[in-house]
Amino acid sequence: MEAKKHSERKSSFKNTSDIELKRVYTQSDVGGDDCDIGLPGAYPFTRGVQPTMYRGRFWTMRQYAGMASAEESNARYRYLLEQGQTGLSVAFDLPTQIGYDSDHFLAQGEVGKVGVAIDSLLDMEVLFSGIPLDKVSTSMTINAPAAVLLAMYIAVAMKQGVPPTKLNGTIQNDILKEYAARGTYIFPPRQSMRLITDIFAYCAEHVPEWNTISISGYHIREAGASAVQEVAFTLSDGMAYVQAALEAGLAVDDFAPRLSFFFNSHVDFFEEVAKFRAARRLWAKIMRERFGTQNPRSQMLRFHTQTGGSTLTAQQPDNNIIRVTLQALAAVLGGTQSLHTNSRDEALALPTEESVRIALRTQQIIAYESGVADVVDPLAGSYYVESLTNEIEKAALEQIARIDALGGAVKAIEQGYMQREIQDSAYTWQQQVESKERIVVGVNQFQVRESAPRGLERVDEAVGERQRAKLALLKGNRDNARVQAALSELERCASTAENVMPAVLEAVLAYATLGEVCDVFRRVFGEYRPEETLA
Amino acid sequence: MFLLHELVQGFQCGDKRALARCVSIVESGGVRAENLLAAVAKEGKRARLIGITGPPGAGKSTLTARIAEVFLDRGESVALLLIDPSSPFTGGAILGDRIRMHAITGRRGLYMRSLGSRGSLGGLSRAVPPVVQLLECFGFDTVIIETVGTGQAETDVVSTVDTVVVVSVPGLGDDVQAMKAGIMEIADIFVVNKADREGSERTVRQAEEALKLQPKVVPVLSTVAISGIGLPDLVVALDSHYAEMLDSNELATRRKARLCTTILAHAGSILSDALTDWAEERMARAWPEIESGSVDIFTFARKLATEFQTRGGENDC
Amino acid sequence: MSGGKRIRVLVAKPGLDGHDRGAKIVARALRDAGMEVVYTGLRQTPEQITEAALQEDVDVVALSCLSGAHNHLFPRVVDLLRQQGGSDILVLGGGVIPDEDIPGLKLKGVSEVFLPGATTQSIVEYIRTHVPIT
Repeated sequence: MEAKKHSERKSSFKNTSDIELKRVYTQSDVGGDDCDIGLPGAYPFTRGVQPTMYRGRFWTMRQYAGMASAEESNARYRYLLEQGQTGLSVAFDLPTQIGYDSDHFLAQGEVGKVGVAIDSLLDMEVLFSGIPLDKVSTSMTINAPAAVLLAMYIAVAMKQGVPPTKLNGTIQNDILKEYAARGTYIFPPRQSMRLITDIFAYCAEHVPEWNTISISGYHIREAGASAVQEVAFTLSDGMAYVQAALEAGLAVDDFAPRLSFFFNSHVDFFEEVAKFRAARRLWAKIMRERFGTQNPRSQMLRFHTQTGGSTLTAQQPDNNIIRVTLQALAAVLGGTQSLHTNSRDEALALPTEESVRIALRTQQIIAYESGVADVVDPLAGSYYVESLTNEIEKAALEQIARIDALGGAVKAIEQGYMQREIQDSAYTWQQQVESKERIVVGVNQFQVRESAPRGLERVDEAVGERQRAKLALLKGNRDNARVQAALSELERCASTAENVMPAVLEAVLAYATLGEVCDVFRRVFGEYRPEETLA
Repeated sequence: MFLLHELVQGFQCGDKRALARCVSIVESGGVRAENLLAAVAKEGKRARLIGITGPPGAGKSTLTARIAEVFLDRGESVALLLIDPSSPFTGGAILGDRIRMHAITGRRGLYMRSLGSRGSLGGLSRAVPPVVQLLECFGFDTVIIETVGTGQAETDVVSTVDTVVVVSVPGLGDDVQAMKAGIMEIADIFVVNKADREGSERTVRQAEEALKLQPKVVPVLSTVAISGIGLPDLVVALDSHYAEMLDSNELATRRKARLCTTILAHAGSILSDALTDWAEERMARAWPEIESGSVDIFTFARKLATEFQTRGGENDC
Repeated sequence: MSGGKRIRVLVAKPGLDGHDRGAKIVARALRDAGMEVVYTGLRQTPEQITEAALQEDVDVVALSCLSGAHNHLFPRVVDLLRQQGGSDILVLGGGVIPDEDIPGLKLKGVSEVFLPGATTQSIVEYIRTHVPIT
């Protein structure tokens, strides 16, 4: 019978955003929306922000890396550059991300574990030793203390003879997602926004090629959000930053071209491609209609992508190479400017040299062998992809409207709205996995008995001791009077409305430690304490 | 498993670990709880009892922490009971109020305990009065109870404490007048928290208007708990209220009402449990008639109650 | 549903790690299984975790750490619990923990470690079978 011949595996097919998928898409699903599909490099940039995209230049292959101390990380960066990566991406350890020196009591056991330990300019100089900062662009995943690490980077460049005007790179500097999803905040929201807008203003004048913020959806997605939520919450955060900068007196077209974004590339292949396209279109419309930007560059959503770490498994780790390949492909077909591919040991440890090399090769094979980079936005016109792009745009707009109704991203986070939405999605996902509604190969289906993985990367506990020793030595050898003067000036400056960056730069050049600088900020700004809790 | 007398000894020596275990035993109820309470009873041991209630989002936890901080600073010992709703389906609960108490964690003289509401509709679990008694016997100067905060009139709290503080915030969406009936009646002190928000003055005025209808004088205060603004005045109001009640004998009156309510509630729950056990079989037998409607359920209930009251030769409950 | 003992669990994130997706899911799952879960949020020191565990008289302390600091933090919690009268409290671990670290953690008093891919059901079952019914 017809029904039996055409029966389906499931009674309904939905993607991670709970959007119902039809069996087949046709012309009628796209309708007459040709004008919104448009061309790459033209508003609303659905098809890409440049007319040539990868025909002009491949995306930047930028592997997030960092571990133990600056020496080991420097070696890894040089290795990756030798192996063909085209940009650096710095992972800092948790004490550094939260503004603590390696000798702080809260740093015990954490030094160098998830990234490199940077206590002062001394470490930063070692980190970039032999790496010409006028030739290499660097992305730094640093948020609450971003001002300090940026100042250190500028200082290292100065010592290399490279003026700040020549520096290319990014600092993540997105504090809202820390409150909503990632957890490495230090100061309260209002004061954090002040630091962020200080950086916008300083770079507009002194470091014009620098991306002053990487408005992030990656972590929101990792915390459990759906694709639609990832877009909606990220763009809402973006709007909050634009608003804050305007309120600080900056002209929108002066800083907007340097805003950049950071998205996840997750399991559902077509949903991700559609997501990237929808995000570009939405942001362009928001920047033009809501904020009245004139400069097309203010309307272009440029982004870095990382393949979804939380989708990778501890079981049968080699399977992760395949997952990452598909996720990387989605990001490329979605038009990302820059890409990090996770290593197969993601769920187990920091990557070994071999694992990270395979991850890099994944990008290189896509770029050089697969042909997908030879045509811009090749999936455009697909009934499914265009229809899904429209649906994600529509659903994200609804979510954005709800956040608007709460008073914007900052209020939504203060009230715990984003957090609850993310938690609910996370719990739903887990239930789907445990009920086998959602299959994870090797975890709830196709399992094998495995022996414990061997040869994993480990960070020596002695790293902490070495850093502490270095700190003691530094404090003995530096000009402590200069440090004190710099910190006093910083405190004065932070207590007024003056831009803090020059004072931070001076403190950093005097070899004040990261902890010392952040302690000044803690005194002046206070510390953030989460109010929200679990549903 | 701990022997009762060891626990009692630890408790009487001021061991906080023993206290924590005793709270668990008392919370679990039953004869064991009653024996423990009797064993640790101390004549004349009283604590000042404060209840903090109000709708969700009012900042009750932060305010509670601030109040406790002031008391601790002046050398008082403080016990905090933090109540969160239990799931009506599973009986489980997520007790997350401690997250907001970071300002005071680790303070000497402070004991914090999270309790699930465990099915109680009035906002406090049945365990709260006996746990409060336990804390009084342990020797705390002040016990502060932070209730669930569902927004309903949490009338349980009135019969459990000496001073009820109702906390609200500006811009909740509802006017103060629209607040669920009963919440204005139970307040001894009314606080508008997050008073740095827009509309706080209006909220204060509305509260003052509504409270004019109450027979007692209820001060309306503004606070910004997160920064400590308004706390000194609030503590003065708390101290004044307590002192007034002491002077006017109001304290003794409330205490009497509280003890009577607790006795009746506890006796009632013992009877209720016994009734449920006893009636189960009778209801099962009568079910066909109940279901078909050939016997009226209310008549049946009265008959059941009468039979239960006059039953003889069966075990005491 | 009134009296009677419920299993009480403290779900805690020691150290600086901010990844709380797993901890929050476990807390919810335990609640759905009828347990009372005290959740104390991020950045807890072993001292704070111990104090909370003892004041709340929990049966289980479930520690979550994805930052690699587990070898330092988990045994510290076990030690503090033992020193302060909490030796009967079950200590569980979860997060990003290499297989080869598990025997060491167990030797130091962590009863079980749940790795990525573990189901919430397995955690519920473990607790139910290992917490003595008083």
